[in-house]
Amino acid sequence: MMEKMIIGRYVPADSILHRMDPRSKLIIVFLFVCVIFLANNIWTYGILVLYTFLMASFSKIPARFLIGGLKPVLWLVLFTFFLHLFLTKEGAVILDFGWFKVYEEGLRQGIFISLRFFLLILITSLLTLTTTPIEITDGLERLLGPLKKVKFPVHELALMMSIALRFIPTLMQETDKIIKAQTARGVEYSSGPIKERLKAVVPLLIPLFISSFKRAEELAVAMEARGYKGGEGRTKYRQLSWAVADTLMIVGLLFVSILLLVFRG
Amino acid sequence: MNSPLVVLNDVSFQYESQETPALSHISMEVYEGEWLAIVGHNGSGKSTLARLLNGLQFPKEGTITVAGITLSEESIWDIRRQIGMVFQNPDNQFVGTTVQDDVAFGLENNGVAVKIMNERVVDALKKVNMDSFLDQEPHHLSGGQKQRVAIAGVLALRPSIIILDEATSMLDPMGRGEVIETIMSLQKEEKITVISITHDLEEASKANRIIVMNQGEIYREGTPEEIFEMDEELVKLGLDIPFPVKISKKLREKGISLDRHYLTEEELVAELWTSHSKM
Amino acid sequence: MDISLKNVEYRYSADTPFERLAIKDVSIDIPSGSYLAIIGHTGSGKSTVLQHLNALLKPTKGAVVIGSREIKAGRKEKKLKGIREKVGIVFQFPEHQLFEETVEKDICFGPMNFGVSETEAKRRARDAIKQVGLSESILEKSPFDLSGGQMRRVAIAGVLAMEPECIVLDEPTAGLDPRGRKEIMDLFYTLHKERGLATVLVTHSMEDAARYADEIVIMHKGTVLKKGKPLEIFSNPEELLAHGLDVPEVLRFQMKVEKAFNTKFNKTCLTEDELTDVMADFLTGRLPR
Repeated sequence: MMEKMIIGRYVPADSILHRMDPRSKLIIVFLFVCVIFLANNIWTYGILVLYTFLMASFSKIPARFLIGGLKPVLWLVLFTFFLHLFLTKEGAVILDFGWFKVYEEGLRQGIFISLRFFLLILITSLLTLTTTPIEITDGLERLLGPLKKVKFPVHELALMMSIALRFIPTLMQETDKIIKAQTARGVEYSSGPIKERLKAVVPLLIPLFISSFKRAEELAVAMEARGYKGGEGRTKYRQLSWAVADTLMIVGLLFVSILLLVFRG
Repeated sequence: MNSPLVVLNDVSFQYESQETPALSHISMEVYEGEWLAIVGHNGSGKSTLARLLNGLQFPKEGTITVAGITLSEESIWDIRRQIGMVFQNPDNQFVGTTVQDDVAFGLENNGVAVKIMNERVVDALKKVNMDSFLDQEPHHLSGGQKQRVAIAGVLALRPSIIILDEATSMLDPMGRGEVIETIMSLQKEEKITVISITHDLEEASKANRIIVMNQGEIYREGTPEEIFEMDEELVKLGLDIPFPVKISKKLREKGISLDRHYLTEEELVAELWTSHSKM
Repeated sequence: MDISLKNVEYRYSADTPFERLAIKDVSIDIPSGSYLAIIGHTGSGKSTVLQHLNALLKPTKGAVVIGSREIKAGRKEKKLKGIREKVGIVFQFPEHQLFEETVEKDICFGPMNFGVSETEAKRRARDAIKQVGLSESILEKSPFDLSGGQMRRVAIAGVLAMEPECIVLDEPTAGLDPRGRKEIMDLFYTLHKERGLATVLVTHSMEDAARYADEIVIMHKGTVLKKGKPLEIFSNPEELLAHGLDVPEVLRFQMKVEKAFNTKFNKTCLTEDELTDVMADFLTGRLPR
């Protein structure tokens, strides 16, 4: 579970969002990313903020996880904010420091662009917080299904993703073991000059690579022995089920888009 | 012991990178319902044999027939439905993200309908005593548990033969015990034919018949009692002698008469009791 | 160089929601030149204990004394490299740590990390490769062109070349066939006897512990269940069995024979010869019933 929380940042709970089909959640995120560009005034941004908070409340995810998702981009957002603040020279002057001025439009743009960032991150976080990595993979595989017609390797990519996900914790355990073995042979991983620590990566990466190739080969043999011969004729054990809630959520977002068009400045 | 389910006729094989053949003129049969153990030191050819049986390699000479089907590039997939294989490394055959996903993998490959898959997965896991682990992820399982899941994955496809290719070599004693017990109960209840490639004596002693391989050839064939009587020869072949056999031998050297070499500790104790308690 | 653990406790991920107590109140002494076996189930804490022996892990309570160095809980420890040179650990499946282009380079890797000169390291490599029963010609080969058994020996040579005063073996025979197992165990026993190399064997095998060790420590659920000489440890097999542990097969068989004949031999037998001698005497009437 710990790995799930670190990698996909999945937090288990029983909420509407958790129960939704991953396809509808992926579609909503995609639509939201498009729709967010329709907002350009306080009303439209207000509607989007309300929508996001509503979704967050549906998720039953504790606030600290949502805020945690914003922390990594905080500096980037602040930087963008100040960039807009100081470089946009339109509208009335709000603050005058003589050698540089802050314009009304700069403040407006700064706030709106920052809001856009935060909302995008929040909505995407809601996806990864309420959907396990394997569910996301399943959802993507089904959504991209039609691409099979143009020979896009949808099934193969999805299988690669799911095998990669399955092996991440195993690889983490193995990395740990190799670090211990090499530390016992005198390699220092947590102290020493940077140059030495970079060199220390070689006795870690090479065994990992070699064992990974061996693993891949053995896995391929096992898969073949179990009848794997590509995506043709395969059935799927994990089924996705689309419910009314999924349709309603998408309709809800479409409704919000209409409101945005109406209230645009 | 019934009709032969698997027949090898004068099979030879050589790896490209090696100078000597891995298998030379092997002819053998595997009978329906039996547990056959193939033992030998590392390099004796036993693992190559497993790969050939499953169509992962093709013999240079000779033919292999499984359930009446002759092994060829066209018939591989049919043969693989008859033979399920469990490999040595518990991690490197675990494909699914959870236990039930992994068991379903083979079923998915064979285009089995979803409703049937659900039944078969739970059914197979029950048979290996792992049905309470459906959503567990592999890195939380012990080696023995992972191997049992692998066995379930094979069982789900209802093959007639299961091959264990050194499936207990990487396990701790508890894991080995779990796997051997599981196979014993499967052989009894499901009447499945088992071929186990191993150097573990305990595993081999549970079999109905043992074939000893040495340097690419069949060295000897017989029941466990017959094979373990070979004694010092076994050690030369890179194997070991079961504990009760060692004890019977030493007791004989020290003047205690015994009918034969005993395979289980219980048999030996019983024999000592009946023939020596009246003194 | 003596090693001892004094009331050592270790918690993984301490002070986080994932905190887990692995070992508690563990005290073990490993005098210079001795052979200690640490036995226990998977999860008994034995691998946590072994990682304390070369300061890979530092105790969260208690102290570990390695030679003249003391690693105490709560204190920040620096310069642990010296310890790792003196206490060499051969981990399970050690062949997984090989990475160099040639066997020689890989064996020299450890010693050179500890400041040994290249010439001296190469000399040690030649020595070590012979100790593990391989020929010098293998030094030029790539480790990845070797068989699994050879790779394992190369990895062991890499630790031996560090010239440790104590060697710790974590299930050294895992995955090997009977012949391989015997060869590896004999190899280490020879090194122990000939060079006075203190040896710590972490194992599942009661038989190996009984056969090779001077002292045995039994780990159970994170604590030391019992410690002492093999005869002391196995003199009460019922207690061990009650804890879900095993006893050497010789002793197990002795118990079966005793039960069938409703008697008790006055000797705890740990080797096949001991047992068969006692049984022969008993069965031919030389021993009183």
